[in-house]
Amino acid sequence: MKNREQRDLFPGALEMMILRTLKRQPLHGYALAQHIKRTSKDLLQIEEGSLYPALQRLLKEDLVKAEWGISSTNRRVRIYKLTAKGAKHLEHEVSRFEKMLKGITRVLAPGES
Amino acid sequence: MMWLKRLFSRRRLYGELSEEIREHLEEKIEELVGRGMSRKEAANAARREFGNVTLAEEDSRNVWRWPPIEEFLADARYGLRALRHNRMFTAVSLLTIAIGIGANTAVFSVVNSVLLKPLNYPKAEELVALHQIAPGAPGLADFENGLLLSPSMYFTYTDHNRTFQSLGVWVPNTANVSGLAEPEQVRVVEMSDGVLQALNVGPEIGRWLSEADQVPRGPERVMLSYGFWQRRFGGDRGVIGRSILVDARPREIVGVMPQRFRVVDTDFDLLVPTAFDRGKLILAGFGYHGIGRLKTGVAIAQADADITRMLTIWMDSWSNGPGTNPHFYETWKITPMIRPLKREVIGNVSDVLWVVMGTIGLVMLVACANVTNLLLVRIEARQQELAVRAALGAGWGRMVRGLLVESVMLGLMGGALGAAFAYAGVRLLLAIGPTNLPRLSEISLDTRTFGFTVLLAVLSGLILGLTPALKYAGPRASLALRGGGRAASASRERHRARNILVAGQVAMTLVLLVSAGLMIRTFRALRTVDPGFTDPQHLQVMRISIPGALVAEPERVLRIQNEILEKLAATPGVKSAGLVSEMPMEGFDSDWDCIFAQDKTYPDNVMAPLYLYKYISPGFLQTAGTRLIAGREFTWSDVYGLRPVVMISENLAREIWGTPSAALGKQLREFSSMPWHEVIGVIQDVRERGVQDKAPEIVYWPPMMEYLFGRKTADTVRTETFVIRSERAGTEAFLNETRQAVWSVNSNLPLASVRTMEDVYDKSVARTSFTLVMLGIAGAMALTLGIIGIYGVISYTVSQRKREIGIRLALGAQGGDVLQMVLKQGAKLALVGVAIGIGAALGLTPLMTGLLFGVTAHDPQTFAAVAGLLMFVALLACYFPARRATLVDPMVALRHE
Repeated sequence: MKNREQRDLFPGALEMMILRTLKRQPLHGYALAQHIKRTSKDLLQIEEGSLYPALQRLLKEDLVKAEWGISSTNRRVRIYKLTAKGAKHLEHEVSRFEKMLKGITRVLAPGES
Repeated sequence: MMWLKRLFSRRRLYGELSEEIREHLEEKIEELVGRGMSRKEAANAARREFGNVTLAEEDSRNVWRWPPIEEFLADARYGLRALRHNRMFTAVSLLTIAIGIGANTAVFSVVNSVLLKPLNYPKAEELVALHQIAPGAPGLADFENGLLLSPSMYFTYTDHNRTFQSLGVWVPNTANVSGLAEPEQVRVVEMSDGVLQALNVGPEIGRWLSEADQVPRGPERVMLSYGFWQRRFGGDRGVIGRSILVDARPREIVGVMPQRFRVVDTDFDLLVPTAFDRGKLILAGFGYHGIGRLKTGVAIAQADADITRMLTIWMDSWSNGPGTNPHFYETWKITPMIRPLKREVIGNVSDVLWVVMGTIGLVMLVACANVTNLLLVRIEARQQELAVRAALGAGWGRMVRGLLVESVMLGLMGGALGAAFAYAGVRLLLAIGPTNLPRLSEISLDTRTFGFTVLLAVLSGLILGLTPALKYAGPRASLALRGGGRAASASRERHRARNILVAGQVAMTLVLLVSAGLMIRTFRALRTVDPGFTDPQHLQVMRISIPGALVAEPERVLRIQNEILEKLAATPGVKSAGLVSEMPMEGFDSDWDCIFAQDKTYPDNVMAPLYLYKYISPGFLQTAGTRLIAGREFTWSDVYGLRPVVMISENLAREIWGTPSAALGKQLREFSSMPWHEVIGVIQDVRERGVQDKAPEIVYWPPMMEYLFGRKTADTVRTETFVIRSERAGTEAFLNETRQAVWSVNSNLPLASVRTMEDVYDKSVARTSFTLVMLGIAGAMALTLGIIGIYGVISYTVSQRKREIGIRLALGAQGGDVLQMVLKQGAKLALVGVAIGIGAALGLTPLMTGLLFGVTAHDPQTFAAVAGLLMFVALLACYFPARRATLVDPMVALRHE
C-alpha cells in the first residue's frame, strides 16, 4: 500500500506543517523534511517523497514561491518561501484546525456527554 | 493566460522537479555517509526514507495536470505509435473505413439535401400542395397527379377560404421568345396571383407580378428568372420596363426573381400571369397545380375540411353551361388531400434514397466487420504486450480505453479520408443520378453532413474497438502471459468472435446481393416490355410550336407542319417522319376527356370514362414503329378533308367492343353537338407513362379537325412532337441538317426538347437504373469485403493450425483430407452466413417492393442464384489457404518456433 503514512494524516495537514515551517524561515526541500521530522520527534512518519507533491500544490496555489539558490552545504537547491497569501492561508487553516481539534477532544473526553 | 504560460513552462518545471529530487537524495546520502555508512547502504536508506521516487515525481506532476485529457493524449500517442508500427494493417483498415464512410457520407448528403432539408422558402413548413383526388371520376382515378384544380376552383378557394394566408394555381408550359437574336423556346410558369405571395421570395430587382397584371386583355407583363436575365440581358438592371416578344406578343418586364428560385421544383425562364377571364369560366378545366401557405398553426386536416366545405360553394357558384347539373361532380367524390409541399416535391424518390442509404449502411457494417477481424488478429499478436501492461499494474478500464482510443483514431482518420472520397462520390452520384431527381441543384456537403461523417467515424471506431477491447483487455488479460508459448494450439474459443463476424459478413453480403439481383431482374423485365415504339436510338424527336400570333389560320399551320415533315423526310439518311401531340414518356401534361360510342347507352347521372387524347399525322405509326392492329391509318386527304375519322388503342377497343376488329366502322364522339367519327383503325397499346405503368386507353384524332378543344370551326394542334426515323439520329451533323430543314420552311420556329427516344426511354427508367447501379456498387463492395474477410479468417486459422496439420500429415493424413478439412470449415461458416442472410433478406426485401417490376420481393430464383454464387465464392476464397495447408512440411511445422 502506498503512502500509508500520508494517509494517516488528514488532507491538508502536511501542507499546513510545511507552511508553518516556512513561516519561520525559507528552506529547501531536504531541510524542510528534516525540520518537520525533527520537530515532530519522529511521531509522524512522513515519507520524504510525499513532500514534493504537497509543495507543488502549494506552488500552484501561490501559497509559496520557489527560487534556485545555494544551500549551506554548497548545493544548488530550490528554496521555498511563504507568500503573503500563504501566510494568510496558514492563519486561517490553523484556526480551523484548532477548532476542529477542540471539537474532537471534547467528544473524546471521558465522562460527560 | 496563466494556463497557457504553465503549459509552456511545464517541460522546464518537470526537469527542475527531477533535479530537485535528485539533489535531495544526494544530500541525504552524503549526510548518512558522513555518519559512517557505506555509500551503498546510505543510498538504500535514502531511498527507503524517501519512498517511491517515480510516484512522488508523478504525483507532483499531476498537480499541474488535468488528468482525463492528459491520459487521453497519452492513449492517443500510444495508439498512434501502435498504428505506425503496423503500416500494412493501418493502410488496409484506413482504406476500408474511408471507402465505407465516404460512400455513406456521399449518399447521406443526397438524402439530407433532398429529403431532410426544408425547402428553400421562408417558413417552408407552412407551404402545402392543394392535392385532391376524385375516386369517382372514371379514368382519372389512376392519375398520378390526382385531380388538378380548375380556374373556377381557384377563385372559389381564394374568395372563401378560412385557413390559408394565400393560395394560387400554376402550370408549367413553354413559349416562344423572339425578337432577341435567335428565336428560342423557353420554359414558362403560368401562375395566378397568390403563388408568389405563398412562396414569399422577394424579387431580385423590380417587383412581383400583381393582381393588376392578371386582368384579361389588360397590359401584358412578365417576370424573368435570374438565369434568363443573365443569359439574354447580361444581368442588365435596366431591363425593367422593357418588352420582350413572348409567343409573338409584347410583354413588359416588371421584375427578375433571384437565383435558385424555383416554383415548387420547376425551373423556368419566364413567369407569366394566368389572366383568367372570370366571367367566362366554367366548373371544368382541371389543369392547374394548387399551392398555398397555411395560416400559422393551422393543421392540414383543418385545411382539408375547409376545402371540402368550399367544394359545395364551388358547385353552387359555377356551371358547365346551360342544361348541365353542376352538382353532377358529387359523383366524382372530389376529396382534398392536401400535402406538405416538400412531400409533393420529393415524390416517390424517397423510397429509392432510403433503400440506397440502407444498403450503403450495410456495406459500412460489412467494412466494420472486416476491420474488426483485422484488429482481432493484430491484437492476438499483441497479447503479450497487453499482459505485460496488466502485470505492471495498468487497470483494465484504462487498457480498454486505450484500445478504444486507438480504434476511434482509426475511425477518425478513416473519416477524414472518407470525407475526401465523399466529395468525389457526390460528383459521381450527381453524374449517374437520375436527372429528374428532385432538388438536384440543392445537393451539397453541409454542416449536417459533416456532423454525420464525424458521428459515423467515431461510432465505427467504437464498434471496431469494442470486440477486441472487451475480449483481450478484460480482467483475464494476464492469463496470456502464460498461454503465449508453444503449448497453445488455437482454442475454439479464440476463433468464435471472428467466426461470428465472418458469418455476419456473408449474411449482409447476401442481403445486398439479393437486392441487387432483384433490381437486375426488374430491369430485365422492364426491357422486355414493348413500350409501343421500336428501335428508340434511331428515333429523333423535337417539339415545334407555331403560335397563333405567328400563323393565324389553322390550315396554314397544318401545311407548314406538313411541309416540315416533307423536308425532314428528304434529309439524307431519313427513312420517314411523322408528328404526334406527344411521344410516350415525354411527360407533357396530357389531354384527357370522355368519349361516347354510338351503339352504347350511358346513364345520365354517371360521367363517361375519361381517355387520353392524342393527335397523330399520317406516317407517324410507321415512323415510331407503333403497330397497327386492325384497319388503316389516317391519310393526308382525311386530314385536309376534315373527314370524321378516329383511331383507338387496342385496350380501348376491347373495353368497348370486345375485339379490335369489332371496333372498325363503329362511331365515336366527344359530346353531343359533335358529329360522329368513324373508327378506322386500332393501334397497339402504348406505355404512355413509362414501362412500369400500364398502358392507358387512348383515342387518336387527326391533327386538324372541327370541334378540336370544343370549338366548331376547324383548328390545328399547334404544338407537336416531330418524330424522325434515321440511322443518323442524335448526331450533331444530323441535328444541324434537321434544323436547317425546319428553318427553310419558317425561320421563326425554335426547336425544343431535341433528343432521341432512347434518351426519353432512359430517363423514364432512370429511377430503376439508378437504384440498380447503386445496389450493384453496394453489392460489389460487400462481396469484395466479404471475400477478403473469409479468406483472411481461413488463412489465419490455417497458419495457427500449422503444427496440428503437420502432426496429421506425419501420422499419414493425405493432402486431400487436409484440403477437405479446411474447406469444410469455410463451407460451414459460409452456410451459416447464407442461412442467416436468407432470413434477413426475406424480412428486408419487401421494403423495396415499390421499386420492383415483374418480380416479387421473394423471388426464389434470385435467392437461389445469389446463395449459390456466394457459397461458390466463399469456397474459392477458402481454397487457396486450404491448398497452402496441404503443402505444410511436417518436419518444418513441428520444428517451428
